[in-house]
Amino acid sequence: MSQKRRVSATQSRAPKRSQIVGDDEDDEDMSFTQPTSSQVQRARENFTTVQIDRKTAEVVQFILIKDQKKVPIRRADIVKHVMKEYKPIYQDIMKRVTRTFEQVFGMKLLEIDSKNHIYILVNKIEPVAGEPVSLYPSNPKTGLLFVILSIIFMKGGVVKEALIWNTLKKLRVDPGEKHDDFGDVKKLVTDEFVRQKYVEYVRIPHTEPLEFEFRWGLRAEKEVSKLKLLEFVAQLHDQEPQSWTQQFREATAAESSQ
Amino acid sequence: MNRSMGDSHRRFLQTMMSNGIIDNIQARALHQHCCEVHSGHYIPDKLDEFIDVINAQLQPMFMNIRKAMSEEDGLQYYALVNLTETDITRMSSDYADNELELFRKAMDLIVDSENGTASSTDILNCADTLQTKKLRKKEAELVLNKFVQDKWLNEKHGEYTLSTRCITEMDQYIRTMYRDLVKICHVCHNIALQSQMCENPGCGIKMHLPCVARYFKGRSDPHCPACSDFWPHEIPEFHRRQSQASQSQFSSAKENTAPAPSTSSSRRSRR
Repeated sequence: MSQKRRVSATQSRAPKRSQIVGDDEDDEDMSFTQPTSSQVQRARENFTTVQIDRKTAEVVQFILIKDQKKVPIRRADIVKHVMKEYKPIYQDIMKRVTRTFEQVFGMKLLEIDSKNHIYILVNKIEPVAGEPVSLYPSNPKTGLLFVILSIIFMKGGVVKEALIWNTLKKLRVDPGEKHDDFGDVKKLVTDEFVRQKYVEYVRIPHTEPLEFEFRWGLRAEKEVSKLKLLEFVAQLHDQEPQSWTQQFREATAAESSQ
Repeated sequence: MNRSMGDSHRRFLQTMMSNGIIDNIQARALHQHCCEVHSGHYIPDKLDEFIDVINAQLQPMFMNIRKAMSEEDGLQYYALVNLTETDITRMSSDYADNELELFRKAMDLIVDSENGTASSTDILNCADTLQTKKLRKKEAELVLNKFVQDKWLNEKHGEYTLSTRCITEMDQYIRTMYRDLVKICHVCHNIALQSQMCENPGCGIKMHLPCVARYFKGRSDPHCPACSDFWPHEIPEFHRRQSQASQSQFSSAKENTAPAPSTSSSRRSRR
């Protein structure tokens, strides 16, 4: 309760600039005002090309480190931890950062939430068969994630959590027990995968007792090919992907829009 | 030299990023694979030129793909290193503060030791003196396992050593932090931890075990290359499967026009 009151209190006092405190969540909206073009112009003149290149490199490194853990990157954090006094030319630097990711690393920096300014890195290089050294060294969690995303997709985009847990149990992954590879399965799925934006886990309104449902997260939408997933499921059933009309239509539509 | 990055370079780089370090044979296979997947122009034996193209792009980001020799087996590896911070930056996102402190303690013990190793008992004994937050023995063991898994440490019979990846990535850090402790190999001029040392108190140079093997190969009466005192240690032997390949590779790249030299004589002449 007190938590709630504190948040609303800060919000109502938000216009006061002196209110800027250490909390990442808050200082974003309060301190990030769009500079005018003349301000930007003046700021640009304050920095040399060398300085700007250096700052660009720092931002690239910062994002790469965050991405190792698949944690979405917030503009507020970039500004606070790296950009600092370069904030007036934020847009300039981010343009360079985006270009670097594409040209050097073959990755796309995407803003998945334009209201809260959250970015993720999406890889444009896909794994292929016969790699002498794996592009993504095997991670059992990825397998679990793939299963969950498949269930959600095949069931039309939303599923109640009970369905996920029951299916996993059939695969001998019990959310109530500690798993050798996944540890606390429930925590992995409803916390880690959620934070990484692979799945959304939301309460279904007006349910008693509480019920939750799963959907695809924003990162999954950008990163995972529905068509590939459908082809994989079809193979398991020894059928053509086209036999799932609805899913096939959605998968091909998603493919062409990317 | 107008060579720009293509998808084959990007695939190579990304594989390096997720693996941290790969050996020479893997690197060569990966080079071919990347070129074939993206129908790039594959020239066998031009791995180093291929990597140069990537390094040119990485340089502004203070990153670099580097060749490194393993202290253990003398084989050649390629590691992706980060040159910005001298501290343990790349690890900092993956480990908690007390885990990093344990790592530093392990590093202290290893660098301070005579032969570049620290026993698990000695490292685990540091676990309950950590200032950030104490670790229980059992927890510390798991953390050590993780360091090995993530290729920062090597472990053999309960003895821990710094991995090739660790030494390459933290080269600057080790040289600065342990300026008075750490010695440089007399043969290859890299940091020497697992090594032999000249016992002449006025000399005391160090050489990596594989460097010792290579240097004294075929000599019945080994003497220190710096002070000419008798070299009192046993001369180790190494199976040279890979280093042989990489060396003839190296020399043929250098002497581009000359026909491939017969390996044994050319190897000796380089020393």
